Amino acid sequence: MDHSPTLKQTPLHALHLSLGAKMVPFAGYDMPVQYPMGVMKEHLQTRAAAGLFDVSHMGQVIVLGASYEDAARALETLVPVDVLGLKPGRQRYGFFTAENGGILDDLMITNRGGHLLVVVNAACKEQDVAHMKAHLAGCEVTLLEDRALLALQGPAAERVLASLWAAAAEMKFMDVRDAFIRGADCIISRSGYSGEDGFEISVPADKAEELAKVLLAHPECEPIGLGARDSLRLEAGLCLYGNDIDTTTTPVEASLEWAMQKVRRPGGERAGGYPGAGRIAEDFATGPVRRRIGLKPEGKAPVRAHAVLYAEDSPESPIGEVTSGTFGPTVEGPVAMGYVPASLAEPGTRVFAELRGKYLPLTVTALPFIKPTYKR
Amino acid sequence: MLKFTAEHEWLKLEGDVATVGITTHAAEQLGDLVFIELPEVGAELTKDGNAATVESVKAASDVYAPLDGEVTEVNQAIVDDPSLVNSDPQGAAWFFKLKLKNPSDADALLDESAYKDLIG
Repeated sequence: MDHSPTLKQTPLHALHLSLGAKMVPFAGYDMPVQYPMGVMKEHLQTRAAAGLFDVSHMGQVIVLGASYEDAARALETLVPVDVLGLKPGRQRYGFFTAENGGILDDLMITNRGGHLLVVVNAACKEQDVAHMKAHLAGCEVTLLEDRALLALQGPAAERVLASLWAAAAEMKFMDVRDAFIRGADCIISRSGYSGEDGFEISVPADKAEELAKVLLAHPECEPIGLGARDSLRLEAGLCLYGNDIDTTTTPVEASLEWAMQKVRRPGGERAGGYPGAGRIAEDFATGPVRRRIGLKPEGKAPVRAHAVLYAEDSPESPIGEVTSGTFGPTVEGPVAMGYVPASLAEPGTRVFAELRGKYLPLTVTALPFIKPTYKR
Repeated sequence: MLKFTAEHEWLKLEGDVATVGITTHAAEQLGDLVFIELPEVGAELTKDGNAATVESVKAASDVYAPLDGEVTEVNQAIVDDPSLVNSDPQGAAWFFKLKLKNPSDADALLDESAYKDLIG
């Protein structure tokens, strides 16, 4: 492979090569975009049975305070979600906000009893760790460099994991537990980013390849690359940081207010107290100017990120932009998301995207495009 | 006679008409195709100008006109089922037929062994 020698490798790099993966640079890592099966079949495999993804490039970070409560209170000064109310062994989604109300990164937050475990995006992890070290007074912030992260997703994920660890079947969506599997101390959460039921497995780096091989030996489990990871998360209506959310989008514009529990919203017991709280409170009070919405292009042509959206089929009325778009193998047609003015965000509204000089109609559609199968 | 371009197209020449498609190597590189847009019958194409668009799950790619000419026929079967290009790129999944303006220009294109050297 003729890649820059500065690209980092995950503990599963050799396994990807041996499985015949096509490798691409992603967030500074040499990562598998697809295996010989191909993006389309990998996507359908994950929805029909189980897929194993290497997400070791993501940052696993421990936040340790004098107590869980101290660490949680500290993190709530950076993240507008209810961290304090999270029970031991439970996880939730959140985001770091910027002073302008934009989003610095999105993350998963777990109450591990004595401390917090957060998982952040690969491209943002150095910045996120520096941000937490600078602002989480009294907390020790440690990026775990010696652990891999595997995502096992799909309706057969429970069966595949339970063949090694029976307690998998007892877990509910967003539960997090310790597990000793094949000599490896794992941390397992029932979560993922595909819209399917599944698990994320944090495993010591030196045991990761063996565990991945055992999981892949299950007849219902196949390796899945970043290509299918993207089409799966888009069909599930989930945001990709850097595309669908960034420092120019507020959580309310991004239709992520569901992730802000009542206690942290304006009027709540622990409202505000995080960067950009004023701007975000304004969005709640007056409604956002624009909204992230699902878009279903009519016809078969995928409409991709950065395509300009128009109110009419002419260049005079630009209204927004597509932020993610591809072909959805399960939907069997193109799917996209993007931002439009709040007045045009109602499902059923027709808008247009410019594609190769033509104006293609798209229908604003409620997200997700598929019915998630999370085990609540 | 079979000819190739450095842009990974093949041309099957019969008189002054070339049947044009993309090579097996190109189809493998693109991955699963999900959408194909072909030129209109009657369109006048210019060498290296945009002739068709193919889209995989991941990205859109242009297919260029290998020579100057007029489109006389297009293969609707690949529009209806783009995966045909992945399964039979140098056979049933031809893209369009081109009536060449200067049939002798085809002599300058790559032959099969030169194309194989190019893709290594």
